[in-house]
Amino acid sequence: MIEPPASEPLLAVNGVHAGYGGSEVLRGVDFAVYAGEIVTVLGANGAGKSTLSMTISGVIKSWQGSIRFKGAAIERKPPADIVAQGLIHVPEGRRIFPNMTVRENLDLGTYRRARSRRAANRDRVFAAFPRLAERQSQRAGTLSGGEQQMLAIGRGLMAEPELLLLDEPSLGLSPLLVEELFALIKGIHAQGIALLLIEQNVVQSLEVAQRAYILDNGCVVLEGPATDIEKDPALRRAYLGL
Amino acid sequence: MLSPVILLPAILNGLMTGAIYALVALGLTLIYGVLHIINFAHGALLTAAMFAAFFAYTLLGLDPYLAVFVLAPLFFVAGYALQRFVIGPAAHGEDRNFLLVTLGLAVLIENALLYFFRADTRTIDLPYAFNVIELGPAFIAVPRIVAFVTVIVVALALWAIMQWTDTGKAIRAVAREKLGAELCGINVTHIFAITFGLGTACVAVAACLLIPTYYVNPTAGEAFVLIAFTVVVLGGMGSVAGALIGGLCVGVIESLSSVFFGESLGQIGIFASFIVTLLVRPSGLFGARA
Repeated sequence: MIEPPASEPLLAVNGVHAGYGGSEVLRGVDFAVYAGEIVTVLGANGAGKSTLSMTISGVIKSWQGSIRFKGAAIERKPPADIVAQGLIHVPEGRRIFPNMTVRENLDLGTYRRARSRRAANRDRVFAAFPRLAERQSQRAGTLSGGEQQMLAIGRGLMAEPELLLLDEPSLGLSPLLVEELFALIKGIHAQGIALLLIEQNVVQSLEVAQRAYILDNGCVVLEGPATDIEKDPALRRAYLGL
Repeated sequence: MLSPVILLPAILNGLMTGAIYALVALGLTLIYGVLHIINFAHGALLTAAMFAAFFAYTLLGLDPYLAVFVLAPLFFVAGYALQRFVIGPAAHGEDRNFLLVTLGLAVLIENALLYFFRADTRTIDLPYAFNVIELGPAFIAVPRIVAFVTVIVVALALWAIMQWTDTGKAIRAVAREKLGAELCGINVTHIFAITFGLGTACVAVAACLLIPTYYVNPTAGEAFVLIAFTVVVLGGMGSVAGALIGGLCVGVIESLSSVFFGESLGQIGIFASFIVTLLVRPSGLFGARA
């Protein structure tokens, strides 16, 4: 069983409330990610997973509560500043630039960070994703869904993240590609990058993660080591609403 | 009437006029392509730039072809500030508000110009304004050739910026995928303002190219923007290449229709082609087909 280290967390989310317009989606979320961890936040549709990731990366401003990254408050920072600090969010739906080439997409990953090491980082991404290397001059919109997901993750890796936030990376991928994706997540973790994996895919996510949080109706309803959560009957209840 | 001695000069002159239309349209289409708003203040900004070029010459003795190096950066900054501090904050991200705010700006600018400079029509006299160059059977006025070459250079420069600089790539990224761009660390508000600045700088260049042969009064810019809208529709909303080719086409269409229908009816051709484009190919020559 892996206990969270006693040191200060890399990312600490405390009592965060957020939403859209007048409707509150997150109702006081608390969780933490420590350096070198894979943490997964699981939840059904509508649990507030996407709102949570958008709030962490500063696209949505939190109404209340604090978000600290490397000890500094980021809840009032614009997304560009949060990227500059090394928290990179690979969003749901990939959000690649379809009108631009694969190479241009990757290069924009270093728009705000690691710009001087752009070429070296691109070579590393191409080494990890040979398919992207083959298609580097092709427009990103012409890639398959799996390739687009790889491109989105590759673009995130270009910025040398200290914490990589993956929002629903397995969405819309075939089972074979999902296997590949989770192998990739382990590979990224092996490089010493901390990961926050926001997912619907319970089984695979709990397999790679050290710790897990279950989000339901905008609140964390269950947390603990991934191996414990897996066995907890409350998981099925919270997650599937049974 | 179809003799090449008449047609060739008409086509060449049309290309030269069309270049100015293209430049005004370039600014309009750039702003539309990235911010997805129609900038109704474009014409008023063109008029303001023409006044600036006029006074740069009459008060400071600055030749318009030199004034462009001052006015283009100045209008870039003005456009940047307008979008960043006025249009953006006032619109709160709503398309409808963008329309109203830019329309309001147009009214404000035009009436300020009217208040300070009256409705008088002004022109400047440049020693070289009536010099011509012989091109085969055609005599082309020097200012038109300067305008044509400048527009091509500006269009190529814009294309190069978009293709090869990080800022240009960021502009293209924001145009298609705002959230993805934000999460790459691109400051979208800044990119919007830069784009608006570039569009406004295009208008300043156009003003400096127009003033040697054209007049200025508080509504002088409007005529060009009306045609520029046609160009943008013809070339395809948001397409830079479309604006350039579309502008040249519209110039030639206008010039040929004045040959066939008479000088004062030249614009019939433009608006006829506008209607035909909307009927046959509503996305324009280079527009993405939705």
